Amino acid sequence: MSRYLAERLLQSILVLAIMSFVIYGLMWLMPGDPIDLMISADPKMTSEDAAQLRELYGLDRPFLERYFNWLGAALSGDLGYSRLRAAPVLNVLGPALANTVVLMSCAFVLAVLIALVAGIVAALRPYSKLDYAINLLAFAGISTPPFWLALLLIIVFAVMFGVLPAGGTGVTGGQGFWDSAQYLVLPVASLTIASVGGYTRYVRAAMIETLRQDYIRTAWAKGLSAYDVVVGHGLRNAMIPVVTIMALDFGFLFSGALITETIFAYPGMGKLIFDSIMGNDFNLALVALLFATLVTLIGNLLADLAYVALDRRISFREMER
Amino acid sequence: MRKVAVLVLFLMFTALSVVPARAGKDELVIGITQFPSTFNPNIDSMLAKSYVLAMARRPFTTYDPDWQLMCMLCTELPTIENGLAVPEKTPDGKDGIAVTYTIRPDATWGDGTPITTRDVTFTWEVGKHPKSGVIPKEFYRSLYKIDVKDDKTFTLHFDKLTFEYNAINSFELLPVHLEEAAFADPEAYRNRSLYETDTTNPGLYFGPYIISEVVPGSHVTLTANPLWWGETPAFKRVVVRVIENTAALEANLLSGAIDMIAGELGLTIDQALTFEQRHGDRYTIFYKPGLAYEHIDINLDNPILRDQRVRQALVLALDREAISEKLFGGRQPVANTNVNPLDWVYVDDGPRYPYDPEKAAALLDEAGWNSMKRGIRHNAAGVPLRLEIMTTAGNRSRELVQQVLQSQWKQLGIDVRVRNQPARVFFGETVRKRQFPAMAMFAWISAPESVPRTTLHSDHIPTAENNWAGQNNTGFRNAEVDELIEQIEVELDRDKRAELWRRLQHIYAAELPAIPLYFRANPYILPKWLKGVTPTGHQYPSTLWIETWRDG
Repeated sequence: MSRYLAERLLQSILVLAIMSFVIYGLMWLMPGDPIDLMISADPKMTSEDAAQLRELYGLDRPFLERYFNWLGAALSGDLGYSRLRAAPVLNVLGPALANTVVLMSCAFVLAVLIALVAGIVAALRPYSKLDYAINLLAFAGISTPPFWLALLLIIVFAVMFGVLPAGGTGVTGGQGFWDSAQYLVLPVASLTIASVGGYTRYVRAAMIETLRQDYIRTAWAKGLSAYDVVVGHGLRNAMIPVVTIMALDFGFLFSGALITETIFAYPGMGKLIFDSIMGNDFNLALVALLFATLVTLIGNLLADLAYVALDRRISFREMER
Repeated sequence: MRKVAVLVLFLMFTALSVVPARAGKDELVIGITQFPSTFNPNIDSMLAKSYVLAMARRPFTTYDPDWQLMCMLCTELPTIENGLAVPEKTPDGKDGIAVTYTIRPDATWGDGTPITTRDVTFTWEVGKHPKSGVIPKEFYRSLYKIDVKDDKTFTLHFDKLTFEYNAINSFELLPVHLEEAAFADPEAYRNRSLYETDTTNPGLYFGPYIISEVVPGSHVTLTANPLWWGETPAFKRVVVRVIENTAALEANLLSGAIDMIAGELGLTIDQALTFEQRHGDRYTIFYKPGLAYEHIDINLDNPILRDQRVRQALVLALDREAISEKLFGGRQPVANTNVNPLDWVYVDDGPRYPYDPEKAAALLDEAGWNSMKRGIRHNAAGVPLRLEIMTTAGNRSRELVQQVLQSQWKQLGIDVRVRNQPARVFFGETVRKRQFPAMAMFAWISAPESVPRTTLHSDHIPTAENNWAGQNNTGFRNAEVDELIEQIEVELDRDKRAELWRRLQHIYAAELPAIPLYFRANPYILPKWLKGVTPTGHQYPSTLWIETWRDG
């Protein structure tokens, strides 16, 4: 196991190094720079001002020089300043990451729990009315545009009933848990509805496939309880493909949901990454994207470890091959 | 089972209903669409920052809602007439001017430290330093000396004598007692400034409010400044909430989460008109046309558009009054030139282009575009009258206008193709490097009596040789206009300057380096109980007078 983990660690470092170069290169290739945008808004800005600002922000240097300067500083622990937020990158990332983790984790856990229950129920009676109803709702969730759903939730719960805030994270002087939690209800609901359908479909398909296996028939024949058969034998094996999908989504837990964050004015990672790319904030965009890459790699590693835990036929030695 | 479900739903809604629907009236919640990237008044220029800081700071001078220059932090506006401004020769023999200001005697920073001339000289040191990142540099290049008379009175010496000699709107004071340490390393100043590292320090502000909380990307809270010297503001707290999506901004207003939508950074005019139709009875909605000049820059290197008759025909073929009426409810006045009718230098006696398709057709015929094939005009060489128009993709108002323009030109046999780009590409490459083959639609935002040197003077045409410096993107060259710009800048006599402006507008309207469309209006959506909000229409926001805003 330790050799396997060491190999995966080396692979991850290599992927991160390549990704840093690719992300930096792609951002460098994007036309225009922040000074161009300043000029377009201010006809009084002279060419001397623009040149001076480009020099100050290091935007006039060649690509490789800029990249290796950044890499050298990053390796020594200096991730630089965010140009857009005028603060050290880590100070900017911290609060946004915390907001995103809270939001996305709530939505993820809720979506997985609902999907497990709905998927199993649908798989136990495939092609029944209940199965059709669950499928219908799942497809409705999958096909609903997130921005529309978010606005609908705001209109119903914030405008019509006035029972929940329309967005934001609350202001100073909040009075406890509910004061903060109420701001999460609508964005979490929006994200949960958007993702629960897909997970339900995966759980249902995997469970139907598993429940047809001979060993499940054997388990029923042995007189095991429905819970032991469905959860103990069925779900455990059905979870392998589902875990793969969830592991891929793990990265999104930390990279945010741009549309939901924008509509609910929720200051999370999705909006931060988008703004930093559009605003040519190299330091912030690079670190945020590399962090998302790292989390995705960790998610995949955790998925591999979960395979071994879920299916004893899979071993680390086999995966090393 | 059903009864249980109904009971659960009832309890949920009852529990949720304990949330207060709207804040009390000692608090005002303003919705805007952009978060400030910095709170340092001298780093980066951004409307969101100006909007927030106008509540917490005051410039020495600014333009009032009637577009007249006024003192805010100074006691009296210096003029040549009152003797506080004295033309002089600079040490190297140029025409300059010495202008004397006095800081209000009761002006103090939010921590009680008096605002003095030490702050003035420190701000100058920071501003003129090439590595400090402060803009605009032009002001600091021109200001070559400061004489300090006492703690409150100082004289600025400029190496240029322009008609704007007493307008120091961009001279934003920095507190020396707090910022001096951060400026020890000038190159690191923009990151070490307390405006970034300790944004809620009251000593950084001196307006009716001080910034008390900043949640990046979410909101800024301002609380009343007990040391403010002016009229006491009506609200104890002002929260500026940032909601970038305008549909969500509307929903937040309707839900009571915000009290008002700022005109400066809120809904577009078409969104506001739709909102007014649905909910107009619940809010006070007004529209203020401003200095955002929506126009179409014409690439004068284009062989078709080089012909002045074609340019004039393009304008005559457009029913701009109808466009303004149908799309914007008549709220956005049609532009005749780049000068706003609210500006005192505006003249109404220059060439005008009312909708006249016959005259437009005649001009095109005269220019040689007289052969119609498949609905498109061609010239004698068989070249079709085909042009391309570009603008910022995703800007709903512009894209809407673009479609109407395209169809009106089509009726005259002009084939106009649309090719839009994201703002970043459009402004960063296409406009800046004059890569638009024919027409580029966007807006310039300027100040009252803003001299169009960078946009019309031939020295400011961006080329590869000058590293794309300048903003004369049309490539307009006119020796008389160059001369007029030089003269306007230094003419102190208002009557004489008005004549120069008249000539400049006449030439602009005749030559049409750009097709004037309209002046953008800002829609302000306010609660009925809020009084005293006066929109300015220029780049200095309405929050500069927030202490006059009243509940009822």
